[in-house]
Order: sequence, then C-alpha cells, then structure tokens
Amino acid sequence: MDWESVIGLEVHIQLATRSKIFSGAGAAFGAEPNTQACGVDLGLPGTLPVLNREALRMALTFGLAIEAEIASECRFDRKNYFYPDLPKGYQISQFEAPVVKGGAIVISAGEAEQRIGITRAHLEEDAGKSLHEDYAGMTGIDLNRAGTPLLEVVSEPELRSAAQAAAFFRELRALARYLRISDGNLNEGSMRCDANVSVRRRGATALGERTEVKNLNSFRFIERAIRHEIARQIDVLEGGGEVSRETRLYDAERDETRPMRGKELSDDYRYFPDPDLLPVRITEALLAEARAQVPELPRAKRRRYQETLGLSAAEAWQLAEEPSMAAYFEAVAGAAPPRRAAHWMMDQVAAALNRSGLDIAVCPVPAAQLAQLLQRIEDGVVSGKIAATIFEVLWNEGGDVDAIIAERGLRQLSDADALTGIVAQVVAAHPGQAQQFRDGKAKLLGFFVGQVMQATAGKADPKQANALLLKALQDP
Amino acid sequence: MNQEVLDKLTRLAQLALAPEEARLALADLRAIVTLIDELQTVDTDGVAPLAHPLDMEQPLRADAVTEQPARERYQAGAPLTRDGLYLVPKVVE
Repeated sequence: MDWESVIGLEVHIQLATRSKIFSGAGAAFGAEPNTQACGVDLGLPGTLPVLNREALRMALTFGLAIEAEIASECRFDRKNYFYPDLPKGYQISQFEAPVVKGGAIVISAGEAEQRIGITRAHLEEDAGKSLHEDYAGMTGIDLNRAGTPLLEVVSEPELRSAAQAAAFFRELRALARYLRISDGNLNEGSMRCDANVSVRRRGATALGERTEVKNLNSFRFIERAIRHEIARQIDVLEGGGEVSRETRLYDAERDETRPMRGKELSDDYRYFPDPDLLPVRITEALLAEARAQVPELPRAKRRRYQETLGLSAAEAWQLAEEPSMAAYFEAVAGAAPPRRAAHWMMDQVAAALNRSGLDIAVCPVPAAQLAQLLQRIEDGVVSGKIAATIFEVLWNEGGDVDAIIAERGLRQLSDADALTGIVAQVVAAHPGQAQQFRDGKAKLLGFFVGQVMQATAGKADPKQANALLLKALQDP
Repeated sequence: MNQEVLDKLTRLAQLALAPEEARLALADLRAIVTLIDELQTVDTDGVAPLAHPLDMEQPLRADAVTEQPARERYQAGAPLTRDGLYLVPKVVE
C-alpha cells in the first residue's frame, strides 16, 4: 500500500528580550531558581501585565521576514488549564487575533525548494518548569521561565516527510537567528517543536486522523520521532485498526512515541479575551522599526553566494547557516578571492575553531588578516602550505601577515635561477628515480616536487618547481 | 445549561460544589445564559466587535529589567520550599 504522510509543525521560539513579556523581571537563562520571578509572573493578586514593546517588535520583524499579513491590531486571550508551573491558572496567549497571519517559509530538503505556508504566529508567555526529581515525593517548581516571551509559529499541514519537517525547523532556526529574535539554542530549550502527524492513501484528498507528537527539541529527534510515528500509524491502519486522536510524547532513549496520560479534559481551554490587557495597535512607526531589523535572509544569502561568488550549494549552506559565520566569511571574501575564502573557512578555520572549541564570533584571527593571507597566496608570495603555517602563527600569536612573512623569511622562491640550481641538485642526487621517470614512470614527478619543497623548506612555488623539474628530467 | 454542563465546568475549574451550592450555581448560570441569549437577539450588523470596554490602547513597556530578585519575600507565604523551589504534590505526566 502506498501511503502519504501529512505533517504540520508548531514551533515555540523563545524571544531574546532582556525582560519578561508582561513584567520587568529578568529573562536570562540559568539563574538561581525563582530569582527571576516577580509578582506578575507569580500571578499575585493586584498585579497587572504590561506588554513588552520589544517582544512585539520581534514578532513583527518575524512577520515581515516571512511576508505575512500583519493586522493593524492584535489581542491577548487567556488559555485556561491547571498545572503547578502555571501560577495564574491560565496562560496569556493570542487566540482570536494573532499578531502574524499567513506568510511562508521556503525550505530545501534535497535539491528543490518548497514553500511551506505559515498559518499564524502568535505571542504568548512561557510556563515555569516542573522538576520531577526527588523532592521527598514532591515536585519542585521553578518559575524563572514563567512569563518568558514566546513566539509560537504554526505551519500549514504542508510537510510531506520527516526530512522536510527537519528542514523546516532548521530554516526557521536560521531565520530566528538572522533576525536576532532568538538565540535558537536548542540545548537550553530556546526552540521547542510539536508535530501534528497523519497519514493517508496516496492520492486521497481528505486528511487522516492525526496525533500530536510533543517534546521534539533537536533536528535529529524531530526526524526520528516523526519517521517513527508515520511508521506506527501505517502499521495500525494496515492492521485494520484506526489511529486515535491523541497526544504522544517522544522518548528519545527508546526511540518511540507513547500516549500521554490524563489528557481527556485538557483540550478544553475555554479561551476568552484577557480583560487585563487592552487591544494592541500596530502603528506605522512600530512597523517601520520592525522592518529596519530585517537583514538579508539566509535563503537570499545562499543564492548570492552561489550566483555571485561562485560557491557550490553545499558551501553556501554551510557558510550561511550561522549569521556570525556568514559575516566573517563576507568580510574575508570582500578582500580576497571568494572561493578560496570559502575553502579556507571550511577547512583551516573550521578545524581550528573545532580544536579550540571557539565560536567564529570570537575567532582570534581577524577577517582582514585572513583576507590578506589569502591574497598573498593569490599573488604568488606564499604557497598554500606556507600559508597554513602563517595561519597557525596568526591564530596563536596574532600579528600582521606581511610582517610575519618578512620576519620569518617565508616568501616563496620565485627567483627562477635559484630554483633551477636546486632542481638540478635534486635531479642529480636521485639518478635512479630520474631514469625511471624517463622510462615512463610519470608519477615520480610528485616525488621530485616533494624533494624540491623539502630542500626549500616549502618556499618553492610548486607550479614553477613542476615546470623546471619536467625540463630538467626530460633533457638531462 | 444543565447538570451535565455544570459538572463539566466544575471539573474544568477544579471546584467541588456541595449539592446545595451546585443547585444555586445552576440557577445562577441559567439566569446568566438567559441574559446572554437575550443579548444575542440584538441586531449588531455593521457594528464593529468590541474587544475591551475601555476605549484605550495597550500601553507598552520598554524592554528593561526593573524587578530585583526577592525570592525570600515571595516564598515567605509558600507552604513548602526547598533549594529555592516551591514544592507541590507530585505531578505525574
């Protein structure tokens, strides 16, 4: 039987504001428990929420970036449910009038690009954290996260595979980081994803019954959990059973999803307008401010890297994924050959960052120095091999490329006479190999080039050495 | 509005009503629903929905931390705390 899967994602993006969405408490990650929860976050009587302007601005920036429709007014509602990490007994969210409606995110899973519609994106407050570890049989509650601003992005059910769902999440993360609305840190829960999954016979138009899979917080888990859930549903249907509408939790350790208990009443949230919050008017001034924060987006950047700078698709993806990486690359590529810059970024620079555990944002080698170094390779002043040595010096000791070349005598031997002498000596010192070369063992040329490089401490221009060697070997 | 709806509402609101309280609540809610039914008969064609009784816009605050940590003060009224956490009866997922 041929099945098609239909997937929609709901992604919660934690907005990178300094304070909470409705209070002046701090919103930094990792503070001591309950030291960033004030009276508003605790739902104390007599307190009133006041909307954080920056949270609203970030939601608008996101909406503009995905070319959504932005209404002139949005409103907040109460979503009612009981849980100990939700002190008020309701979450302030947006139901009837979200800040962002429509728009799309373009993904590329494989070669072709695909446009995935966005149903809506709305602002809401996060809940606190429940710690179920051992507190003498009780649950510990940390309300630091309560009231942290979230942007919940809901996609249309237009994703057709687990790989596409992961690609969507990846693109959304890149976008959030480019827009500087979230740090996108998955380990700290800055982006959390739920998936609505159903399957149907290929060619069918009606949707199958769906399940909601929760707790998907990494690219790998999203793909694995959805793939697992699709297979489970197909199994159920092919066995003559029915998929029941339920919420399932993904267990990464056992690589399976299983139903959550005690949910029978929880889907009745009794939304109603929050009387503590007035309608929010989206002014032209606010929109202009939000628009000014939309930079060149990842997709446009990747296209430019390929079309204008001549990079491959894979190179463009790698260099454009993180805004700080892209910024460094562009600074280098602006003053050195772009393709060489790309190769160095993904080779020497990536390896050195990896070794030292550093982020590109704090790379010890300034982009201008790397550019200068690459330009010296281009000019024929140093070979690639010597350049790698200079890069190590720049990384460990700092300094100026030209000064390092001069002080350490690293300039490539371009004096043909000097090199001709060395070539002659090398050929003379290896008469056996020279004879074998003349007898047709052409790959021995590499051996001679190696000898010349050794004799010159790497300073010979390999191209020139090649030419001189060929000449010396062929007519002794 | 009947007993069944009332039972559902009290469950959602996590309220335990004594039989006499339930009887009174049902009567009150019926009266309220009747009032709402009456309101529904008003012709509102061409009238913009009212989102809030106050004719005002939501004021916005600048994104600044204005609250200082005051955990001890807030936790003074809590029945049980440990390691800075509020303790509540075990919640099972």
